[in-house]
Amino acid sequence: MNPSDLKYHKEHEWVRTEGDIAVIGISHFAQDQLGEVVYVDMPDAGDTVTADDTFGEIESVKSVSELYSPVSGEIVEVNETLEDSPETVNADPYGDGWMIKVRMTDAAELDALMSAADYESFTNE
Amino acid sequence: MEGGLKRTPLYEEHLALGARMVPFAGWEMPVQYSGIIEEHHAVRSSAGVFDVCHMSEFRVFGFGAFDFLQSMFTNDLSKISELSSAQYTLMCDEDGGIIDDLIVYHSGDLEYLVIANAGNAATDWDWLQSHAPEGAILCGAGDSAHSPDGGVIEMVNESERTALIAVQGPEALRVIRELAGPDYDEPVRFSLSEAVLDGIPVLLSRTGYTGEDGVEILSHVSHAQRIWRALLSFPEVTPCGLGARDTLRLEMGYPLHGSDIDRGVDPISAGLGWVVPREKRGYIGAGAIARIRENGPASRLTGLTVEGAIPRHGYAVLHDGVEVGKVASGTFSPTLEAGIATAYLPLALSEPGTELTVVVRKKVVRGVVTKMPFVKETSLSAAKA
Repeated sequence: MNPSDLKYHKEHEWVRTEGDIAVIGISHFAQDQLGEVVYVDMPDAGDTVTADDTFGEIESVKSVSELYSPVSGEIVEVNETLEDSPETVNADPYGDGWMIKVRMTDAAELDALMSAADYESFTNE
Repeated sequence: MEGGLKRTPLYEEHLALGARMVPFAGWEMPVQYSGIIEEHHAVRSSAGVFDVCHMSEFRVFGFGAFDFLQSMFTNDLSKISELSSAQYTLMCDEDGGIIDDLIVYHSGDLEYLVIANAGNAATDWDWLQSHAPEGAILCGAGDSAHSPDGGVIEMVNESERTALIAVQGPEALRVIRELAGPDYDEPVRFSLSEAVLDGIPVLLSRTGYTGEDGVEILSHVSHAQRIWRALLSFPEVTPCGLGARDTLRLEMGYPLHGSDIDRGVDPISAGLGWVVPREKRGYIGAGAIARIRENGPASRLTGLTVEGAIPRHGYAVLHDGVEVGKVASGTFSPTLEAGIATAYLPLALSEPGTELTVVVRKKVVRGVVTKMPFVKETSLSAAKA
């Protein structure tokens, strides 16, 4: 269920590393809990994020959740398609539903994240 | 039972369908099955079924029934003098505060059936009991009360033995027709009709809370599961939860007691003057409501369309940066793909097209006053045309 090449944050975001770039989105578990996503409120390219701080909001009919960044750095790209097609987050949370790409300032922050197996246990609790 | 929550006869059906259950008015109810937006679209385009067994049913019978209910409700019961007809009405307190909004049916000779909100089950029953003018006698399931002219009324709380399932959408009536026997007499809008569905005797009420045509099916609780399954045997019928129920009704501008209306609000401010005929007197709240009508309400329940964010209960509504009201009901409209909301606003700001702003957490977004219903074309508006 949860791709094994990714790392996971306790607030249900995942990270895929491409060199010094961290691609970030929310997990299958998170999109399922939210229900049909209606709005994704995201920052702009050029903004900075800090590990464990919020970078935006995601809304479904019945709930609003904060989005937390697993790493620190500068946002180099934002997934603009989510503005017109927020439901992509539900349909493909690990692929086309990605949210931001961050140039990491400290790759060691990845060590604090969970493996797919640990995240699996975490969400089963 | 989890946390003392009640369960309808369809509880296991919901679990088997993978519903997400939530507490609502003391009941454990399905908020969604496949998803709120998907279920909403299913009702607008085809048909949806809703478990509304949690609602209350009261039956009032006797020579004094008409006078008693006429003194308790705002709307004029003589408008439903024809047997089987129904009307939307309000029950108010002495200050004109809305205790509940209800549908009352002229279900038989000297008999009225009242369907009320689940959240007000105890309040409504206690209010009706306590206002029975003389010596109400409590006899378990049946209570007796005296009307002002000394006649006897029997008032029975039918809720526990009555199941209520709503079928709504452009395909709803066709599905019912297929399930009903050959002697089926389709009820006209806002009326009751006896029928037999899959061999089960039911009462069909051609009413609903979605803005689509359809019926609400009353049956004995022991038959609820069979009726539910018979309806879902049609591929064009989708199970729908409270989430879709809310988006559907708000698109129509239908009030929800506890959200748009409550005991702190009068019918005129709530835009419900149409069920409070001017000429009618002699009911609780008549004097207060007449005064509000004469002086004009200070604020009015107004519709707002909001882009880019979902307005939610309690969010501030601003005009020129000054707060002028708060969101009463707010949600996402799957049909309009925008946020929709109601708020009590000063009359001067309630003209359609008026530009306001809504504070949505850390953002401020544009809100435009919109004449309700937000969605103008449904199977019901087509049926009326």
